[in-house]
Amino acid sequence: MTQQHARPLGLLVATAFATALSATAALADSAGATFSTGDKFSEKTGQELYANVCQACHMDKGQGAVGAGKYPALAKNTNLETGGYPVFVILHGLKGMPPVGQMMSDDQVAAVVNYVRTNFGNDYKDPVTAEDVAGAR
Amino acid sequence: MQQSQYFTGMSRRQLLSLIGLTAGSAAMYQAMTSLGLAVESGYRGPPKLEGDPKGATVLILGSGLAGMTAALELRAVGYKVKILEYNSRSGGRNWTLRGGDTYTELGGATQKCEFDEGLYINPGPWRIPYHHNGLLAYCRRLGVTLEPFQQLNHNAFLHSSKAFGGKPQRVRDIKIDFQGHVSELLAKAAHTGKLEGAVTKEDQEMLLEALQSWGALDKDYAYVKSLATSEFRGFAKDPGGGLTAVPTPSEPIALKDILSSGLWGSLANFALYEFQTTMFQPVGGIDMIGKAFTKEVGDLITYHAKVTKIHQDDKGVTVTYEDQQKPGTMVEEKADWCICTIPLTILSQIELNVSAPMQAAIEAVPYASSVKVGLQFKRRFWEQDELIFGGVSYTDLPITQISYPSTSFNTNGKGVLLGAYTWNGPHSYEFTAMAPEERVKRAVEYGTMIHPQYKDEFENGISMAWHRSPFTLGCAGDWTEEARKEHYENLCKIDGRIVLAGEHASYIPAWMEGAILSSLDAITRLHQRVVSG
Repeated sequence: MTQQHARPLGLLVATAFATALSATAALADSAGATFSTGDKFSEKTGQELYANVCQACHMDKGQGAVGAGKYPALAKNTNLETGGYPVFVILHGLKGMPPVGQMMSDDQVAAVVNYVRTNFGNDYKDPVTAEDVAGAR
Repeated sequence: MQQSQYFTGMSRRQLLSLIGLTAGSAAMYQAMTSLGLAVESGYRGPPKLEGDPKGATVLILGSGLAGMTAALELRAVGYKVKILEYNSRSGGRNWTLRGGDTYTELGGATQKCEFDEGLYINPGPWRIPYHHNGLLAYCRRLGVTLEPFQQLNHNAFLHSSKAFGGKPQRVRDIKIDFQGHVSELLAKAAHTGKLEGAVTKEDQEMLLEALQSWGALDKDYAYVKSLATSEFRGFAKDPGGGLTAVPTPSEPIALKDILSSGLWGSLANFALYEFQTTMFQPVGGIDMIGKAFTKEVGDLITYHAKVTKIHQDDKGVTVTYEDQQKPGTMVEEKADWCICTIPLTILSQIELNVSAPMQAAIEAVPYASSVKVGLQFKRRFWEQDELIFGGVSYTDLPITQISYPSTSFNTNGKGVLLGAYTWNGPHSYEFTAMAPEERVKRAVEYGTMIHPQYKDEFENGISMAWHRSPFTLGCAGDWTEEARKEHYENLCKIDGRIVLAGEHASYIPAWMEGAILSSLDAITRLHQRVVSG
């Protein structure tokens, strides 16, 4: 659930907050990007999680990026062949990459791993499960 | 240790997690220091580098504050120094964005800052605690003019979208009322003998007197609406002059409303050692510090140098870099010694022959996520409409905080707010994942819920998401206690002819002081090794 949906809109009744209301409505219209509630990611599907978390570094098409160092491309990445590898990296981090899986449930980690392993030119058909993730924490 | 007294009854872990939630892990780390869990940082004056280095050469990688501090001090005692820098400018994260500046983040999006002349945003570090003695000493020595940075403003807001109907509350009201209610409760406990055994009878009388004074309690030790409490929390109508002079007292907020609002959680942001008065900022932008260093050592810097390999043997260090202005052109630079300040996110990807423990340390530190958004407005409405002169408002919205400029108070004309500043947590990643202009748009939409004036007054904005920074790939070293125990010493030790420095090699990551103290420590040890042959 996104924050704008979770917020009790009915409470924003003071006239001074009329503009706040319209801003909230505008937020609900903004496609794609979401904000979580609290200190865990709220996105559910692999696609949503990718677009709001992983994309921050690995970019919108999994192409990665290069500067003084690089973010590896996830597109056509043979390291994804074994599902346990991305599960481990998301849960525990790797070098500079933070352990973002600590802010996700087992289901969420499985969802985003399965999404990445079947998109961006990857076609690994053996899905990981929430149980696999729980075992790797 | 005084601080821990405020939190008696709350476990250290609870307190630290509370602070971590509201202030970020750097704040948390500093809090740990204050609670006696971590190690004290300390500047002990200019480094004493005695003895002749006999013309030894040093290659410094990175021209941030750590690199330039090392260059300044080592050249002064006779080393032959060179600096390699990836960017086309010096300063690293000590950086200011002004009108006309452009910035291209990883992924290729380029933003042009459209601020009016004189307005700026510090996308990285922005404030200096009064006890960051190393940094302050260099500012003094290099002629960087400072001005006060307002951290606590009693008239700024604490805001929760889930409390008080989403209406922002003044810091003052939450702080004073919480203090008053707690004093009343404690006085009640004392009067009913509940503190017996905890305080002596004599102390109890003193305690009651103190609570009455500190908590603005009345003669019956109650915290109530009155002119006396209004002297602390402000009036419904301020005392004036002439026929309309009579003040009207204001109504305190009920304790249960403060408690359920969670707004008390932000008060730690004003109490922590690292945020206590007096804080400073350089006049004109934080990069005045980097510029002052560059005036001293700028002639040593080779820009556009992307380091790809660092190799050492018993004769020296060879660093290979690509000249970014001539892609594909690899250049080798040799020196007797190497001080490497490259962020660990990047260094962990560079071919490097150091010991296995140092390599493991280099690979053990994830980098924090952080996003800042600067917003220009047609007028300083926060001052003119809301009497907020500097300081920070905290909110549970994804923008986390709004900081008001600590300069040019009470002037006409435009102003720039820090419209969002996230530190780790989901919102920081979610902001980073957006296109730069979307971050600005969201910051405006959320900010409108606190300052409805945004809607009419907003002009333009720029956003900095540190995980998209080509020269750092993250904001700052995000150490855990466990990682520090296992790797910190190995990271900081001299390895053959190489030593690391930077905020990541300090106990105050993300602070400029951490970069400087780490650099001074590294060059002092390196120099001892050099002169002892």
